[in-house]
Amino acid sequence: MQLTDHRDIAAPPATVWAAILDPKVLMACIPGCESMTGSPEEGFEAVVVQKVGPVKAKFTGAVQLSDMVPEQGLTITGEGKGGAAGFAKGGAKVEMAPEGDGTRLTYTVDASVGGKLAQLGSRIIDGFAKKMADQFFENFKNALEPPAPEDDAGEAEEGEKKGWFRRTFGG
Amino acid sequence: MPKDQGIGARSKRREDVRFLTGAGRYTDDINVPGQTYAAFVRSEVAHGKITKIDTSDAEKMPGVVKVFTAADFDGKGGVPCGWQIHDRQGNPMLEPKHPILAEGKVRYVGDAIACVVAETLEQARDAAEAVVVDIDELPAVMDMKAAVKGGALVHDELGSNLCYDWGFIEDNKAATDAAFETAHHVTTLELVNNRLIANPMEPRVALGHYNRAMDDYTLYTTSQNPHVIRLLMGAFVLSIPEHKLRVVAPDVGGGFGSKIFHYIEEAFVTHASRLINRPVKWTSTRSEAFLTDAHGRDHVTKIELALDKDGMFQALRTETYANMGAYLSTFAPSVPTYLHGTLMAGNYKTPHIYVNVKAVFTNTVPVDAYRGAGRPEATFQLERVIDKAAREMGIDPIELRRKNFVGADEFPYQTPVAVAYDTGNYQATMDVLEKIADLAGFEKRRADSAKKGLWRGLGVNCYIEACGIAPSNLVGQLGARAGLYESATVRVNATGGIVVMTGSHSHGQGHETAFPQVISEMIGIPESQVEIVHGDTANTPMGMGTYGSRSLAVGGSAMVKATNKIIAKAKKIAAHLLEASDGDIELKDGKFTVAGTDKSVDWGSVCLAAYVPHNYPLAELEPGLEETAFYDPSNFTYPSGAYACEVEVDPDTGKVTVCAFAAADDFGNVINPMIVEGQVHGGLAQGIGQALLEGAVYDENGQLLSGSYMDYAMPRADDVPFYTVDHSCCTPCTHNPLGVKGCGEAGAIGSPPAVVNAVIDALQRAGKTNVTHIDMPLSPSRVWAAIQG
Repeated sequence: MQLTDHRDIAAPPATVWAAILDPKVLMACIPGCESMTGSPEEGFEAVVVQKVGPVKAKFTGAVQLSDMVPEQGLTITGEGKGGAAGFAKGGAKVEMAPEGDGTRLTYTVDASVGGKLAQLGSRIIDGFAKKMADQFFENFKNALEPPAPEDDAGEAEEGEKKGWFRRTFGG
Repeated sequence: MPKDQGIGARSKRREDVRFLTGAGRYTDDINVPGQTYAAFVRSEVAHGKITKIDTSDAEKMPGVVKVFTAADFDGKGGVPCGWQIHDRQGNPMLEPKHPILAEGKVRYVGDAIACVVAETLEQARDAAEAVVVDIDELPAVMDMKAAVKGGALVHDELGSNLCYDWGFIEDNKAATDAAFETAHHVTTLELVNNRLIANPMEPRVALGHYNRAMDDYTLYTTSQNPHVIRLLMGAFVLSIPEHKLRVVAPDVGGGFGSKIFHYIEEAFVTHASRLINRPVKWTSTRSEAFLTDAHGRDHVTKIELALDKDGMFQALRTETYANMGAYLSTFAPSVPTYLHGTLMAGNYKTPHIYVNVKAVFTNTVPVDAYRGAGRPEATFQLERVIDKAAREMGIDPIELRRKNFVGADEFPYQTPVAVAYDTGNYQATMDVLEKIADLAGFEKRRADSAKKGLWRGLGVNCYIEACGIAPSNLVGQLGARAGLYESATVRVNATGGIVVMTGSHSHGQGHETAFPQVISEMIGIPESQVEIVHGDTANTPMGMGTYGSRSLAVGGSAMVKATNKIIAKAKKIAAHLLEASDGDIELKDGKFTVAGTDKSVDWGSVCLAAYVPHNYPLAELEPGLEETAFYDPSNFTYPSGAYACEVEVDPDTGKVTVCAFAAADDFGNVINPMIVEGQVHGGLAQGIGQALLEGAVYDENGQLLSGSYMDYAMPRADDVPFYTVDHSCCTPCTHNPLGVKGCGEAGAIGSPPAVVNAVIDALQRAGKTNVTHIDMPLSPSRVWAAIQG
């Protein structure tokens, strides 16, 4: 399966680029990610817990970054082994371009599964992959943008989380 | 008044009492002291090179006895293939090794890489997860037509994915092609015979028990043919002489073909039991059954029918790609060839026929026989192309078939595709069908459906099958690496009861009920005095098992032969007791009488005399009353029939409902009509399942997407109608003593084209004249898409 979408982020390309290479940011943004170590050059080791339909599993796997062109784009590929649950493979080709004061991220995601996940969950895997991608880029956007004004009132704590990367890097 | 005993009686299936009360004894019910449990580590990718297998973590897990890999089977053979096909040039097919555990490469999702044997099943499964396997994934070979052109190889050492390119009959090709050149009309149809998964209710189980004290082995397994497994595994895989190997197939919960084959798990548990000196049991999970039971069908076919201006068939030509899967299962090569090409004449007098089949290796689980095995594929394409031709030429589809039938007075009929039909009466069978299906009332029913906004269609087709396989010398010439006789030992006890030990195997067919009916008829004793023993190589004579609707035609005939020997000897004993000549003795209703007198002795007294021979002709006759017979048929049997299906199509959703299904079969003589009807009902359900619901689907990477009952749709009670079945048209088989033909597969063979013909008919009648074919399964989405054009 393959899906294409885009997100506009209120942060300049340099900030977005720095964030996407940061394992701490990736860990915070990948839904269900329990740990993420490594570097953009050598790749990351990740542990992700996810439930796909009837199958819940802890995936351990490697994430590689390639085709890296600073502030323009890169390709993220990953493969996770979920033990008896099977495996998941996927990738995202991400392009960045200035959009007003911010950055437009355009991404094409593909995902495939094997083993028990494919046997039991193939019907729901497309929806699952779309949800994962949406959540990731939503989290990523939130990590870079200041809290929206309406969030300040009731969800101060939530607001704290949002934009932490931007504050750290003074963007 | 109907009979309540013997041939023709509707005796209730005695085995059902234990099956329905939970008292059956299946392989998984058998446990041996000291037993261990096996869990396989199976490939999650369809094709790849194994770069590492690390069992060290798994070996340290609680309860683990041993972790096996291919190295533990060094020097052992692969699982053999039982049929060798020669291609159009006369060269033998390509035949890869099928190792017990993967050697260097995995070739389908589910291919066994390693196996953990532990004290409990849970421990074995936990440890299997701890086995680390690294695989360099290779491109999956999935598309048959692309696979024969090049690209990745399933078996590098074979140099090609084309197992064989078979022509049948090669000498017919030129005349067939010439007939097409001059034909008035040619109808062409390209179609897919969808891949199916057998789904017996009981998954496969194997329990291997090596006895060090006796240095012998017992394998308990879910098999349709324990003697075949003993021969293949003993002689070709593990080098165990047959007298040191016992194979037991106890109650088996359905097979439909998928339990004919010798599977790697059987050889694994047998050999592993010796290596660890403990019994080893493997029980398939339902998920494993989807992944590793041999699948069925999976043909892609182009068929062409040439007709003259009157609609007489002039020639038939087919080209089929047949999926073998990753390895050759036991009888896989025979299914698209001699069980398929030989049936392409159908019920018709087509003078020229040429069949070409290309068998292809792919990265999928092996494909082999499934209820019908080759014959449903032949019937489907033939009966679909005839329907299409009828439409193109504006001839009524029943009329077109009737024109081309082999006439009742033309038997024996030699077809252009090797086989010779002994008997049949296709016009009479069609007459029965027209009556029981009330075809005359169709238009009214169609109008009633239309009032509900539904499109009604009628589909009719015929079928012929070749059962009771077959003369051993013939199948030997065709490439079978086995004989196909059957055996029976009839043991009469001192007090008159009888035990029949048959080489055939019952896994739902009702042998335990039907076989005693035959003996009861022959001797005139109650059926309850006869017991059937099967499924254990230790106490049954060498037999080839049950498949191809052969049990009664071949196994039953062996039993009749043995019983005739019993009767002949019993008459001699009776003659001695009655002081008469044995030529004057008549057996009737369990009583031996001197012809023309009132002097008689009953069955029980003769049996007692045989075992307590105080007053007995010991000088001329051995004591005892036990005989064995082997029967090798002189020809196949040829059941035939005509089927009609009525459907309603919902034009808004594409949903097809089967409203009525009528089956008129000619099975020759019938021993138990109720069992025959049950067999037909079951076959029809499977055929309707194939036509409307079932389909095994792999994605382009070789992942099985229909790997559970969430995605593989089995027919349920409300998917099938109440059937109208009839077997009153009876032309007995001429060459077996019972005159029987076999009924186990007919329903599954004859019904898919009837369903599809009916749906196409519904759409055509509703004005969708551009829809001439829809591939099975005819799911609502496919039918809806066809309606939309």
